[in-house]
Amino acid sequence: MLDVSGLSKTYGEGRRVTHAIADLSFSVSEGEFVCVVGPSGCGKTTLLRCMAGLLAPTSGRVALRGQVVDGPPEQIGFVFQEYSRSLMPWLSLRDNIALPLRHKALGRDERNRLVEDAVESVGLTGFMDHYPWELSGGMQQRVAIARALAYQPEILLMDEPFASVDAQTRADLEDLVLRVRTAYGVTVVFVTHDIDEAVYLGDRVVVLTPPPTAVQEVLPVALPEPRDQVETKELPEFAHLRAHIFRSIKRKQDDTPDLPAPT
Amino acid sequence: MRRSRRALLIALEIAVPLAALAAWWVWSAGADSFYFPPLADILATFADTWVFERVGSDVVPSLARLAAGFGIAVLAGAALGTALGLSPAARRVAGPVIEFGRAVPPPALLPFGMLVLGVGDTMKIFVIAIVCVWPVLLNTIDGVRGVDPTMLDTARVYGITGPERLRRIVWPSALPQVFAGLRTSLSLALILMVISEMVASTEGIGYFVLESQRSFAIPEMWSGILLLGLLGYLLNAGLALVERRVLRWHRGARASALR
Repeated sequence: MLDVSGLSKTYGEGRRVTHAIADLSFSVSEGEFVCVVGPSGCGKTTLLRCMAGLLAPTSGRVALRGQVVDGPPEQIGFVFQEYSRSLMPWLSLRDNIALPLRHKALGRDERNRLVEDAVESVGLTGFMDHYPWELSGGMQQRVAIARALAYQPEILLMDEPFASVDAQTRADLEDLVLRVRTAYGVTVVFVTHDIDEAVYLGDRVVVLTPPPTAVQEVLPVALPEPRDQVETKELPEFAHLRAHIFRSIKRKQDDTPDLPAPT
Repeated sequence: MRRSRRALLIALEIAVPLAALAAWWVWSAGADSFYFPPLADILATFADTWVFERVGSDVVPSLARLAAGFGIAVLAGAALGTALGLSPAARRVAGPVIEFGRAVPPPALLPFGMLVLGVGDTMKIFVIAIVCVWPVLLNTIDGVRGVDPTMLDTARVYGITGPERLRRIVWPSALPQVFAGLRTSLSLALILMVISEMVASTEGIGYFVLESQRSFAIPEMWSGILLLGLLGYLLNAGLALVERRVLRWHRGARASALR
């Protein structure tokens, strides 16, 4: 459904050139939950921005159902890491979530229904008329997720969405994402630096190398559904997978000389 | 504790001006100075002059020119500021002109204005507008440039473009800065209103103050100064009230960021 082939991205030119991504290829099938994990500074965000059409790759291409992505496609929803800066502080929850729907050809009733369903699915009914800054960080990120869901994307791209919330909230939000993914039948690409999170959430995990970035390996995650924060993480397969990915990243990092990592 | 402190501050806020007035009253009553007539006389003159005899002949024309000049400056400054804020190339080209324009001391434009536009309302409105436009313009440019990149990315991802992007994202986000410009401009507008009336006019509050001084009607002069101070205070308070309403979200968001 979504194909990344031969993708590379360099910043700057001449002697100051930075190879953020060297050569990346992988694909995401319909309905799949793919986690992308890699060491910090390995261009995960760059990759996701290229996939969303926010950034033009230096070479290679991203294709959505065979169509080359050269600008943000309507089928893609995006959840940013910085929830406090991607929500509009001058709009209530309702208006924030309805904002992307304004230019879609929808009736008023249809639009309201989409907004209400999305808010209900992230458990924020009753906060409709609050402003984002009246809510906690975790709740703000739920609003951002609701906004993406109401947009009815076929693919949801998530850029380290839970990197700045506390551990308990993070576990709750992980389970929330798994729930809404089923409810909305959406394909998810989830970028994270947290190996546990990647294994817990994903159907497959794409492991990236340090920069210049390439795909190190792609691992299927054969853990039973539905996932559970306690039981899933107790399974020997879970421990095995996370250890495998950890070693693989560690080994690769030790092989490469220390480069100042671009952020 | 906090509550009683707040109450104390509010009480002081009211008491200090009253005390200043009382001190002035007492001092001027015994001063017997030609230049500082007793406050009682000034207030009596104030009542005779401004309630409401000269309202139609002087206050309304003054305020109408102020409103017209300020209004034109806000519209022009916001429109031009948006265009320049969005285009780095345009900013580069216009940069020196803007720096020059805002560096010209405002009263220096009066002779030019009189030469080209005569001594009527048009000249005064022009002078007020051309002076007030800079703070609005510069703050709008900054506000529009300073929109959070993540917000702009959000707009792009969700297909919010063109006029909708401007109306729903860029302008609301720039508004706190624009208001900072409005506050500066409003003070300038009052100053230029008075100066333009002192240089060339047959009516207006500025004209009245100068004429009173020339005819040694000192209590009248003081009453005009008081009125100007009062008008300035009320105009700023009015703008602050509008700002509080329009930027309620901004105060809330800032307070929560500090929490």
